[in-house]
Amino acid sequence: MDLSAINPVLLIASLMVAATPLLLAAIGELVVEKSGVLNLGVEGMMIVGAIAGFATAVESGSPLLGFVAAAFAGAALSVLFAILTQFAQANQVASGLSLTLFGLGLSALMGQSYVGIKPPRMGDIHIPVLSDLPVIGPILFGHDIILYFGIALTAAVWWMLKYSRMGLVLRAVGENHDAAHALGYKVLRIRLMAILFGGACAGLGGAYISLIRVPQWTEGMTAGIGWIALALVVFASWKPWRALLGAYLFGGVTVVQLNLQAAGVAIPVEYLAMSPYLITILVLVILSADKSSAPASLGRNFHASR
Amino acid sequence: MSVPLLSLQGLTKAYPGVVANDTVSFDIGEGEVHALLGENGAGKSTLVKMIYGLVKPDSGKMLLRGQPYEPAEPRQARADGIAMVFQHFSLFDALNVAENIALGMENPPEMRDLAARIREVSETYGLPLDPFRTVGDLSAGERQRVEIIRCLLQDPKLLIMDEPTSVLTPQEVEILFKTLQKLQSEGTSILYISHKLEEIRTLCDHATILRLGKNVGECTPSETSARDMAEMMVGSSLQTPQRAAREFGEVAMDITGLSVPAPSAFGTALKNVHLKVRKGEILGIGGVAGNGQDELLGVLSGETLTDADAVKLHGKPIGRLGPTARRRLGVLAAPEERLGHAAAPDMSLTENAMLTGSVREGLEKNGFLDWGATKAFAERIITAFDVRTPGPGNAARSLSGGNLQKFVIGREVLQDPDVLVVNQPTWGVDAAAAAAIRQSLLDLAAKGAAVICISQDLDELMEISDSFAALNEGRLSAPREAAGLTVDEIGLMMGGAHGMEVAHV
Repeated sequence: MDLSAINPVLLIASLMVAATPLLLAAIGELVVEKSGVLNLGVEGMMIVGAIAGFATAVESGSPLLGFVAAAFAGAALSVLFAILTQFAQANQVASGLSLTLFGLGLSALMGQSYVGIKPPRMGDIHIPVLSDLPVIGPILFGHDIILYFGIALTAAVWWMLKYSRMGLVLRAVGENHDAAHALGYKVLRIRLMAILFGGACAGLGGAYISLIRVPQWTEGMTAGIGWIALALVVFASWKPWRALLGAYLFGGVTVVQLNLQAAGVAIPVEYLAMSPYLITILVLVILSADKSSAPASLGRNFHASR
Repeated sequence: MSVPLLSLQGLTKAYPGVVANDTVSFDIGEGEVHALLGENGAGKSTLVKMIYGLVKPDSGKMLLRGQPYEPAEPRQARADGIAMVFQHFSLFDALNVAENIALGMENPPEMRDLAARIREVSETYGLPLDPFRTVGDLSAGERQRVEIIRCLLQDPKLLIMDEPTSVLTPQEVEILFKTLQKLQSEGTSILYISHKLEEIRTLCDHATILRLGKNVGECTPSETSARDMAEMMVGSSLQTPQRAAREFGEVAMDITGLSVPAPSAFGTALKNVHLKVRKGEILGIGGVAGNGQDELLGVLSGETLTDADAVKLHGKPIGRLGPTARRRLGVLAAPEERLGHAAAPDMSLTENAMLTGSVREGLEKNGFLDWGATKAFAERIITAFDVRTPGPGNAARSLSGGNLQKFVIGREVLQDPDVLVVNQPTWGVDAAAAAAIRQSLLDLAAKGAAVICISQDLDELMEISDSFAALNEGRLSAPREAAGLTVDEIGLMMGGAHGMEVAHV
């Protein structure tokens, strides 16, 4: 075993890459849940985003276009969920689960001719001077644009929820949809917007796996990241910065355990492989020991009856 | 009267199977306090929802100062100067006071300015409020202040109030009335909905009475007796509950020095509660909502377990027994929350009858359920308590609040309890049904049962109880004989006005 083969700078840089898909999906789902909707279809929307982004990038040669397509594909799948739950009043848990199953099947079908192809590479940004700094340069200033977008999105969602009127209305709808309706807010419309946003974010997260993190297409390649994102939202107590922390922790442990495996540490691979899930959930459970504040209307369907 | 502020002309609104409003017309003058009276299901709520733009009328029109007024949504109604305080508070528990108020405004100012304005307005009208407190932590009275201030900040021309006093102490009611009178003197009109006829007599200039969706009459409340108004609402003469002279027997239930920690973050801890109730006695427990009523009911019914000796039935400790074991011994309870606590909303009335009646009515034998007997039991409740429903197969949710309440109380009363605990037995129930429920409690006591009636309706407690105690922040006052208690004394037992003061401008 040779731990000296692990380069801490590369390790930190790659943990940020490993965390980004999870972060994007979790931030999207956080907004959805804040509006009072529980969409368990994150995994399905991610994998559809992964293949839609991959296919578009391969066909057009532009990774950026691939990400745009992934966001649209994720949002399109979430429309299905929105129609089922918001307009047809279907059960949110069952609809979300079936959305995941549908997404996994659909992506496998769409991806048949893309197995084994390499997508066009997304360039990393390069800022003169800053990116060339030792240690700090590769960690902070040498990533692709989507990674920075994920962090900016976290900040934007935090600000929106805390300080903007839009965020206040969104929280109000998730807290008590009957009261929000009585005050004249369009509950269904607001929830539809939130669901679309969540779908687009999940799609982006999926495409980040297939275009940057891996990068290639295999069936079922999201490998449960969508489910971790769902758990992350709950354990982060619906707070954006905590979701970021949890995503980085998960990404970090994932990268570390991969490095340990490569270094040949004498721990069975199975234990190493389960460690990111265990440690992330453990830490977030401890963090969320304070007053857990689930939106009061979470998972309840709204119908404007008399 | 010149041009009225708001004139309703032939408003009609039908829902499948029921006409909620049938050509209702009346006027509300400038600066007038107008009462809207009616039983449950008379169409009051639908009518005010039309005025507030939540529901569109099928036909008829409204004129606001002579101009056609057709609000498509509440936003537009608010822009036209119409504000509403809801019966079921339309507040968001997890948000703070300022955020709640901002949600009800069209163009709220910056949070800091809004907080300053909330302080200013709340002090002007004697309704002190901290803008940054979380609404979930507020008492019912304080929550109502949030709603009222939300309306006042928009300078309304017409303020609609749907049953505003049902959760207030007498002192708080008095202050609310002073606030309303001050508003009226500033030229604001008020449309006031209430079941409490004495309040309407002191406050309102004019009253419109609805029955089955129709306007059946108008009156000047100060010149009409409460009884006459009640009879106009019901459409027939009203029975006042008759109390027979009773002898009290030995002590049936006895609680000594009971303290229970708060069950949840928004709950109340019970502190050193002493309580004794004798056979044939009705003990009334007053107090503003959220002072430990639910917790006390939980302790009495067996939902919350305590030390064995803390709760005694006929001298035997029952503190460690759960609800079913207590039912077997004759301790029955009817909690306040009808949907979800007293009854399972999506189950039929027969199934709901089974839920609490299985032990005492023998509806369950060797683990098998006797549905035939249960249905007969449900039908017995429906007949005896005049529950209006097509049959026992209907879901509890489909009944109106008052009808379900009759069913829930009837279900316990018919099981012939030794001790019956009820919380808010007539909450949201119209005058005739309330009288019937109270009568059944009195009859039960006359047969020798001990009854503990927890209620926020003081008139009700004065009407039926033999002794009276008040809950305040989880403490139970020493019981006093109910006869001869004055409203002021009761108010003080309930803990006074909770820091409210009279408007001082």
